[in-house]
Amino acid sequence: MTLPEGVRRHDFDGEAALATRGPPAYGEPTDGEWRRWDPRRSKLGAMLERGVETGLEGGETVLYLGAAAGTTVGHVADFAGPTYAVEFAARPTRDLLSAADDRENLFPLLKDARKPETYAHVVEPVDVVVQDVATRGQARVALANRRFLRDDGRLLLSVKARSEDVTGDPEAVFDEAVGTLSEGYEIRERRRLEPFHDDHLGVVAAPR
Amino acid sequence: MSDSEDGWFADVPSDDPAAAAAAVREGSAAAPATWPERAVAAGFADDEADYYDRLREATTTAARTAVREREGADDRQLVHAVRAMDDCLRVANELAERVAEWAGSTRETAGTGVDYARELAAEGDDGDDGDQREPVVALARRVRDVDDEADALRRHVERTAPEVAPNLAAMAGPVLAARLIALAGGLEALARKPAGTVQVLGAEEALFAHLRGRAPSPKHGVIYAHEAVRGTRPDDRGSAARALAGKLAIAARVDHYSGERKPELDAELADRIERIQARETE
Repeated sequence: MTLPEGVRRHDFDGEAALATRGPPAYGEPTDGEWRRWDPRRSKLGAMLERGVETGLEGGETVLYLGAAAGTTVGHVADFAGPTYAVEFAARPTRDLLSAADDRENLFPLLKDARKPETYAHVVEPVDVVVQDVATRGQARVALANRRFLRDDGRLLLSVKARSEDVTGDPEAVFDEAVGTLSEGYEIRERRRLEPFHDDHLGVVAAPR
Repeated sequence: MSDSEDGWFADVPSDDPAAAAAAVREGSAAAPATWPERAVAAGFADDEADYYDRLREATTTAARTAVREREGADDRQLVHAVRAMDDCLRVANELAERVAEWAGSTRETAGTGVDYARELAAEGDDGDDGDQREPVVALARRVRDVDDEADALRRHVERTAPEVAPNLAAMAGPVLAARLIALAGGLEALARKPAGTVQVLGAEEALFAHLRGRAPSPKHGVIYAHEAVRGTRPDDRGSAARALAGKLAIAARVDHYSGERKPELDAELADRIERIQARETE
């Protein structure tokens, strides 16, 4: 697996860890321009750490759904091109705004990812949709946002089993989510994100 | 405001950041388009770099304003206040335990709890310089300060909860009303919850244990603090909690969607609870 341009394994106190180059955003360890990208705090980081073939090369236009406080999307903006960050909750958006202050290519949007028409007038067609929303119907959200993906684009999705069904067997929940997703996407890869995130599935998919 | 074919910049003058932010917040479109190209073609931006600069200013301003509006809403303020109050109470109790344990090692008459910490702090105020500098006395003073802050926050909650949610505050009491709003994540979120959820707010741990099949279903969450539940004998508490939750859910909906005070809700609840409490034990 190759890391995108702008992401590398960097040595932090004798330990090689994922890192991107950019202004520090949330108190993460830094070394010069490089700041550590902790896979335990980031589903996308965990996908890279687990060797998932994300197809990321660096410089892509990105739509990030579920940006929360901006931890992951800040790293994404470090190596990607124009990055649109959608988050629905007001409180984490405060932190997202401070990550956006230091990044020219990060555009925060306080919007509901289940209603793409409320931001389609702002977001251009993108190469990559990254989705990490902890709501029920995660596959439906991905389908609704397929319209933003270019034909050769990629969906990098993290499915949280507990958001769909708190008591159900995670594998069964994942099968159902992937089944729904197949209505609009071709699944390229699926991989559990343990040990970094319990009961999470990472999915790489391309629009059909 | 813009029709479904247009980007956010369609009706925005190039030199009007406020209009740009409003367009980002309020506009919509059915599908994305190559907005950067179109904006340059339409003369809104000089080139793509200029477009992205403007986009960044518009999106950050829009997000910042929207965050401020949502966070500044009265129910959000109430949520912060009641959480701060509960934090102060918890911390005061925790520190008071430490004070009692510490003071007990040097004083025969040491008592327990926040009340004792207050006594010790008062003694320190009257005593000589030596007493005042004694670390355990200084700590007791901090307990008194934190406990005073909890009281001040409680008064604040008691004053503001009836403004935010008049029916809910009247029925549940202002502090419980504020706790319910805090647990739900806002008045609107509470208004959207079914009564069965309101009944177990604050008992999430017990609820999930139940859903996993390891425990009986919880009868009540924080509404246990309500006289209608606590004042009912244990066998009928489930019924009382269900009745109370039903009325609280209605009160929250009235408060969110109309805001009008409806005293008949309180009377209906009182009536239901009276009938439950009058049941004969068999």
